[in-house]
Amino acid sequence: MTAMGDLKRRRIDELAARAGQVPEGEGGLSLTRSAFRRLRRNPVAITGAVIVVVFLLVAAFAPLLAPKDPLTQYLLSEIRPGSIPGSREGFPLGVDNLGRDLLSRLIVGSRQSLLIGVVSTLLGAAVGMALGVLAGAFGGWVDSVVMRFVDILLSLPSLLMAISISVLLGQNQWALMIAIAVTQVPVFARLLRGSMLAQRGSDYALAARALGIRRSRIVFGHVLPNSLSPVIVQATLSLATAIIEAAALSFLGLGDPDLARPEWGAMLSNAQAFLSIRPELAIYPALCIIVVALGFTLLGESLREALDPKFRR
Amino acid sequence: MQRRPQRVLAASAAALTAVTLAACASSDRDSDSGSGGEGGEAQSGGTLVFGAAGDPAMLDPAFGSDGETFRVARQIYEGLLGNEIGGTEPVPELAEDWEVSEDGLEYTFALREGVKFHDGTDFNAEAVCFNFDRWYNFEGLAQSPSASYYYQAVFGGFASTPDAPSIYESCEATDENTAVIRLTQVTSKFPAALALPAFSIQSPEALQQYDADNLSGSEDALSYSEYALEHPTGTGPFKFESWDRGNGEVTIVRNEDYWGDQALLDEIIFRTIPDGNTRRQELQAGSIDGYDFVAPADYQSLQDDGFQVLVRDPFNILYLGINGGNVPGTQANPALKDVRVRQAIAHAIDRETIVNSLLPEGAEAAVEFMPPTVDGWAEDVTTYDYDPDRARQLLQEAGAEGTTLRFYYPTEVSRPYLPDPAALFQVINQNLIDAGFTVEPTALPWNPDYLNAVQAGQADIHLLGWTGDYNDAYNFIGTFFAEQANNQASAEFGAFSAPEIFAALAEADQEPDASRRTELYQEANRLIMDYLPGVPISHSPPALVVAENVQGLEPSPLTAEVFSTVSVSD
Amino acid sequence: MLRFIVRRLLQLIPILLGLSVLLFAWLRALPGGPAQAALGERATPEAIARYNELFGLDQPLYVQYLRFLGRAVQLDFGNSSRTGRPVIEEFLERMPGTIELTVFAMVFAIGLGIPLGYLAARRHGSWLDSASVIGSLLGVAIPVFFLAYLLRLLFAVELGWLPGSGRQEVRIDATRITNFYVLDGLLTREWDAAWDAFLHLVLPGIALGTIPLAIIVRITRASVLDVVNEDYVRTANAKGLATSTVRRRHILRNALLPVSTTIGLQTGLLLSGAVLTETVFAFGGVGSAIFDSIFARDFAVLQGFILMLAVVYVLVNLLVDISYGLLDPRVRVR
Repeated sequence: MTAMGDLKRRRIDELAARAGQVPEGEGGLSLTRSAFRRLRRNPVAITGAVIVVVFLLVAAFAPLLAPKDPLTQYLLSEIRPGSIPGSREGFPLGVDNLGRDLLSRLIVGSRQSLLIGVVSTLLGAAVGMALGVLAGAFGGWVDSVVMRFVDILLSLPSLLMAISISVLLGQNQWALMIAIAVTQVPVFARLLRGSMLAQRGSDYALAARALGIRRSRIVFGHVLPNSLSPVIVQATLSLATAIIEAAALSFLGLGDPDLARPEWGAMLSNAQAFLSIRPELAIYPALCIIVVALGFTLLGESLREALDPKFRR
Repeated sequence: MQRRPQRVLAASAAALTAVTLAACASSDRDSDSGSGGEGGEAQSGGTLVFGAAGDPAMLDPAFGSDGETFRVARQIYEGLLGNEIGGTEPVPELAEDWEVSEDGLEYTFALREGVKFHDGTDFNAEAVCFNFDRWYNFEGLAQSPSASYYYQAVFGGFASTPDAPSIYESCEATDENTAVIRLTQVTSKFPAALALPAFSIQSPEALQQYDADNLSGSEDALSYSEYALEHPTGTGPFKFESWDRGNGEVTIVRNEDYWGDQALLDEIIFRTIPDGNTRRQELQAGSIDGYDFVAPADYQSLQDDGFQVLVRDPFNILYLGINGGNVPGTQANPALKDVRVRQAIAHAIDRETIVNSLLPEGAEAAVEFMPPTVDGWAEDVTTYDYDPDRARQLLQEAGAEGTTLRFYYPTEVSRPYLPDPAALFQVINQNLIDAGFTVEPTALPWNPDYLNAVQAGQADIHLLGWTGDYNDAYNFIGTFFAEQANNQASAEFGAFSAPEIFAALAEADQEPDASRRTELYQEANRLIMDYLPGVPISHSPPALVVAENVQGLEPSPLTAEVFSTVSVSD
Repeated sequence: MLRFIVRRLLQLIPILLGLSVLLFAWLRALPGGPAQAALGERATPEAIARYNELFGLDQPLYVQYLRFLGRAVQLDFGNSSRTGRPVIEEFLERMPGTIELTVFAMVFAIGLGIPLGYLAARRHGSWLDSASVIGSLLGVAIPVFFLAYLLRLLFAVELGWLPGSGRQEVRIDATRITNFYVLDGLLTREWDAAWDAFLHLVLPGIALGTIPLAIIVRITRASVLDVVNEDYVRTANAKGLATSTVRRRHILRNALLPVSTTIGLQTGLLLSGAVLTETVFAFGGVGSAIFDSIFARDFAVLQGFILMLAVVYVLVNLLVDISYGLLDPRVRVR
């Protein structure tokens, strides 16, 4: 074991180890079904789920929901430096500094913001899981090499890592997603490896091996599926972080260069200049980011509780 | 010759009338100190804290080319010539007078007597020649364009670069207070350019003692001498005191032995606050007394809060550069070689709305590449009104509908001519889309990435501008469109080839007769606007702001403010 | 214990080596390479060739890497392209500011977080409990830089209670000894300077400390709730031990274990938050320098600062692991 982030790793490993355990006293009920039953009764989970679903629906149907074209600079000619028209008929939340409808931009902006969150989390989870499976399935030197690499990634504060990658890849939305994804890799890698190690010694894995089933089948048919629940929990939580981190990168000037394409993080950082004139230009996108992040966090936390046998007393 | 439009400021020639109101305007440098404006007695003493947008690069102006370096350098140093306060004319400073020989190659400067450098050594003809010879004999890294930009822009090459000869021939101290400078060819830049801070006269003693020419390079950067960082020594009304790099604070104090009127303030602290919002809030909170680069959105609200917004006359140009497509190794859109496509771009841009909605009050839409106050501005150039239909039609005629333009714009910067690049980009972007173009945006941080990319001709179209160094048409259009080599313009404009423009500019630059020169420049402007190597957009008045109790700061169209007349009341 | 520490320090070596390879590769992978970065894109090919020769950039990569490593071991990371000064000098000048800020943020988060979390758990279900749960959820969901702007707008600009930027009022001419401004003020008995430097920490410190505060509240509350139901607490209560003793010896001490883990994790993460917070507050620490260097493409500074911050991060984690060992006998035994 190496020094860095021992605690961070221990925490991830603990989470991983719990994943495969079959809870006592609920033998008849599958893990996911029992978890779902408990989720339904948890008001926190419901709140989180409602928030997430609402925003996902908004994002999915954004073009239909947006009352106006988010790119057209409707009121540009009425704007003067230092004065931006407020809300009025047809523009319920007012317009931004270029005369574009704020409401429509918020609605359409949900797409880009959620897309960045989802894509970067999926990417991070996919790469992280691949590394974790590699390490967990093969063990030995493969495990050492992979995990040393993950340790190096863990030794950099995440935002610094994202900055380094953005600088390297240039300023575009894909670079942004990749930068955020890379910061997610180590957690998923460690999580999956831990969970697989925990299960390698489990009865069913031993039984399968005794039956002479090939390693790949054991891994992909049994061990991997059973390791998924902590990954799902982590992914939900990571989504919240990804959206906030995207906003931070936008603020640092490393966001999407196409400023016309609405995105909450970019809208928020752009609005700082008008904070004293039209604070709502900053407040609305900030609220969107906060609420969505909150939704994913609530959902993730309650999923964690539901899937964690420790909480099932 | 290199050009760096960002770096500007400086000095000299011709007529800008009636410079700014500034009710607070007070003592002229040549009048008695203490004679304030009508606002009351200007008092001596006190500290002014001024918010700068960036740190100076260092404080040896010979290696300087950016506004923040010059802002401080201007207070510490003086040149043979200086700038008229609040205007663009060159005026005597360390030289009381000068004569030019018949052939225009020999300048005899009569120097001011009794001037001492801050280290106590004498300012004299030898010191002047020491400085000129120093520039001419730069070696190694000091020759790199990022170091001695302005020297190269005015004088060309160095003693050790026979391939790129210098127009400087020699400097001779014929007596204690007479310096004779010889050039190898006539240039209209001389002597006006000597008011640029880059040609400040520095103490030979200090330059030698602290090894000023010793630019070392590490693997990653130029690194300046002890002189430039710790011991800048000039003759100006303020002396260098200290530079706290961790907090971005440069402190200068009054030079008690100054030859002219003593500065009123005891001390000025230039404090770096990169973010414009933070600068405004720090002023409002009272922890700084003023700052530069006021955002257009704040002009009114700051005034309402009782601050003095000092608006400079617009002496700049913002333009959309178009790539002429002849730079090897770049992939400019070939459609831009068709003048109809360039005209379509010009007709697509709604300059009136840009000027009204995004730029500060007093901004004007530009019809050519220099402000109307500069001699040589022509009234009758071809103009391109906002007309999206006409733009679409031109595109159609050229068979270039939907042509894709790679549009570069800078981030993290606010220039006097370009207060909010992101907003401006978005409006022009939408204009172009409305006219039937497809736009592929690229955002790069201003310095060095953006400047490097657009000056290397990597963009199809890009936003850039220029603040005049002095009142001279060549300083604008010559900088942009003069022939560089092989019958081509600069890479920034895609090295387009337009021999008639090049010839007109060259002829004008060498014309000794002023009125004839003006006509030649007008003709050049007409040719340029027919050829359309870019689209001039606006001239915009940048502003400084100071607190209510600050008097005597005169805004300069060259952004070359002098702080010796500034005072603070309680 | 000593062996544990030595072993852990030795384990740092491969990580730092790996990191140095990554950072070296990163600089080489940048478009144009170091010569272009230093000379600018207008540099002539000859100038680049001369530059490459001068600094050995024409030699094989592994030679260059070894040289880079050799210099890095001596803490020589080259010069900043913005200021021309050695990177290490800049770092040493700025790191104290960031440390002061981080310490303030952590003290704020711990000092407020643990009592709040404990009280919330003791009054499980009360309004205080709900408020701290909601607050702690919101705390992690607010973008740090936005919170920083709000704090500054409210307390520095509108109310004018606290300074909103910088590390020290510029008009105060304080003596610098250690570059820890508060400490310097105390050492030189310049009380006003120390107090002023402290006030400059408040707003950025609160902005930076909000996320750890939220997390510490949540973890403290959860672990106190956990512990209260443990057998040994019930035993202790049944034994008739004084309530205060039970709380101090059994509940708090055991509940603090996971909290200390969290504190360790969060301290490291503050280095990320510092980039944003210091930028908003124009605070002259390493974070704002990193921000400035991104745009100036000051790669020497980025490379050096990131590497050194990683070392700091690793050391902080090590410290936390050690203190964890002191707190929890079970870990020590291993």
